[in-house]
Amino acid sequence: MTGQLLIAGGRVIDPANGVDGKLDVLIEGGAVAAVGAALSAPGARRVDAHGCIVTPGFIDLHAHLREPGFEQKGTIATETLAALRGGFTTVCAMPNTMPAPDSAPVVAALLERIARDAVVRVLPIGCVTRRREGHELADLAELAAAGCIAFSDDGSPVADGRLMRNALALAGAVGLPISEHSDDPVLNGDGVMHEGRVSERLGLAGQPAAAEIAAIARNIALCETTGGRLHIAHVSTARSVELVADAKARGLAVTCEVTPSHLLLTEDAVFGPGPEPAYDTNARINPPLRTEADRRALLRGVNDGVIDAIATDHAPHAREDKLCEFDFAAPGISCFETALGSIGLVVSRGELDFARALAALTSGPVRVFGLAARVPGIGTLSVGARDVVVFDPEARWTVDVARFASKGKNSPLQGHGLCGEIRAVVAGGRLAFAPEAVHA
Amino acid sequence: MLEVSERQAIGDDLEQPARWSRKDLLDTDTLTVAEIDLIMETAEAMREVRARPISKVATLRGATVVTLFYEQSTRTRASFEVAAKALGADVVNLTASGSSVEKGESLIDTVRTLEAVGADLVVMRHGHSGAPYLAARNTTAGVINGGDGTHAHPTQALLDLFTMRRRLGSLDGRKVVIVGDVLHSRVARSNVWTLLASGAEVVLCGPATLLPRSLESHGERGSCTVSANFDQAIEDADVVMALRIQKERQASGLIPSLREYISGYQVNGTRLERAKPGALVMHPGPMNEGIEIAPEVAHGVTSVIEEQVANGVAVRMAVLYLMATARVQ
Repeated sequence: MTGQLLIAGGRVIDPANGVDGKLDVLIEGGAVAAVGAALSAPGARRVDAHGCIVTPGFIDLHAHLREPGFEQKGTIATETLAALRGGFTTVCAMPNTMPAPDSAPVVAALLERIARDAVVRVLPIGCVTRRREGHELADLAELAAAGCIAFSDDGSPVADGRLMRNALALAGAVGLPISEHSDDPVLNGDGVMHEGRVSERLGLAGQPAAAEIAAIARNIALCETTGGRLHIAHVSTARSVELVADAKARGLAVTCEVTPSHLLLTEDAVFGPGPEPAYDTNARINPPLRTEADRRALLRGVNDGVIDAIATDHAPHAREDKLCEFDFAAPGISCFETALGSIGLVVSRGELDFARALAALTSGPVRVFGLAARVPGIGTLSVGARDVVVFDPEARWTVDVARFASKGKNSPLQGHGLCGEIRAVVAGGRLAFAPEAVHA
Repeated sequence: MLEVSERQAIGDDLEQPARWSRKDLLDTDTLTVAEIDLIMETAEAMREVRARPISKVATLRGATVVTLFYEQSTRTRASFEVAAKALGADVVNLTASGSSVEKGESLIDTVRTLEAVGADLVVMRHGHSGAPYLAARNTTAGVINGGDGTHAHPTQALLDLFTMRRRLGSLDGRKVVIVGDVLHSRVARSNVWTLLASGAEVVLCGPATLLPRSLESHGERGSCTVSANFDQAIEDADVVMALRIQKERQASGLIPSLREYISGYQVNGTRLERAKPGALVMHPGPMNEGIEIAPEVAHGVTSVIEEQVANGVAVRMAVLYLMATARVQ
């Protein structure tokens, strides 16, 4: 789109540039051309942003698009559309696909599909080990050259400490972080939810907080030994945040993310709101929803800036993956389309600092994966930036999974009221989503 | 269709207005005191039916009760089958070998099929916690939880309560000690809720690895205390209930050895001396005699273990009767 687009009358918040004010944003030639007060652009298409926040497009460090291999759960086309509608203009795709991106040809094939089908920017994360099996390292330098922006075995933690040490060293040498689902599979055993009050009540096998805490402590120690870059995926316990804060204080290249689900929900979501237990399989995620004390600590982590990014861990599943006994249910929440509303809800309760949350959706993730060098202007509203999101922070709405663009209707928030709704999204310089905001 | 015209046959005790309105019985946690009392009163009437020369009535003639067992069980299944037949119901026994996932048919498909062929009540045992809740949400048939994973076993708790009440009268202020693998026990969990509702003091006892850190009710029913010191916990107990210890707990490292378990937690004569004189000895069965319970205690004068089994039929008759009757109304 080469014409002009004026996003007018909103409150522009650009965390990377320290901008917060009632300003207009002019898009011209597919990129931000100017940000200023009362910009004049005769003939431009206008997005009326009165009452809205205008920020850089959100960046998600952790999402599952399911393609190739699990197209019944989601495809690059459906899930990137869901991302767009949730305000995410850049999505880092986790490698738990079939085949998994553990070699350059698989990455090349994935990039072809992305170029063909994706409606937002998708950046691939490569495997740490071949087939994500945790036995032999993947060719990390080859994956980096093929376009991977980080490495992860995702839901399969690298249990072998020696392998993890070597991975951190080799990835560090090519300048990429390892995004690690830090967890001890032996301690977790057959656990299917947080070990504690609710698991004991429901007779479900528990995942102890210690499994995550111990693995994070090990990985930080290995990061220090190797000088590599470690990103802790979806921290979920209070102690996890303390460990990351301590590592940062000592100057290590350690970062971390949290999901909107863990900022909003606790272990009680598995029990459900009623007097009888619901065994809600949609509240089964990994790491599990934990205690209220943990949730409070995670919110503090974002507010203090210890937690660098809010990442969705968007994990669409087919109906039958969740319509079964709790022990058999696939873990994961379809999160793209409820992320902003969930964050807005905790902001509206005074639990989460709004500016910090926006930084954790924009400038924070850019820093974690070093994206600024790859995509000029990403996560900012600097001249040349190509992604902008406009949302109404006060809009209250009720989740109806039937309206999701995502194939995954698996959300524990079905029927819940959320706060904050996307009004328009400019992705790659193009006004890609604007249900009602555009005026000629 | 169910026939309730023969309610008279059960006796005058049931002439009170029916207060049972639940479609399912999945656990004891949400039962009100009035509902528990209703089951107890109905079970008392059923006991009288069982004592008659012809211990069978036709109250549930025309009703179909299916026992759907995904786990091995002889005792619970036989108890439900005898109870249903004593009320004149048709009984169909289904055994699903392995899990529904292994079978390739989902639990939901199975219960919907049973509903379509005319099952009124489905008694279900399943190896995974919460499975009966999934079933109950997806069928109009009444679902009775016959034990789900490590979660709940409501009819066991009700028959335990019935047995205690018949022996002790009110349980208000009585001390009940449940000892063994509490963490993995559906019997212990369901007992906690009926006992707390009855005003009993509940102590859960066992090796530290087999104890919940706490067991709190979701509502205001309170909580029980937890102890790893059985010799202390058993002091002044009115009831001592031993749970079955699974040998796999040793293999998985939760207890060092059965020998060590026995030395700390076996219910035996020496320990029982610390309890109140005449304290009741209970066990949900099947027992590992010589492991969690000494044979002289299991068959001793204060043991009510065989009564539990006999009362089980009466209590399950009561539950089947109340649920089937509620379906007609």
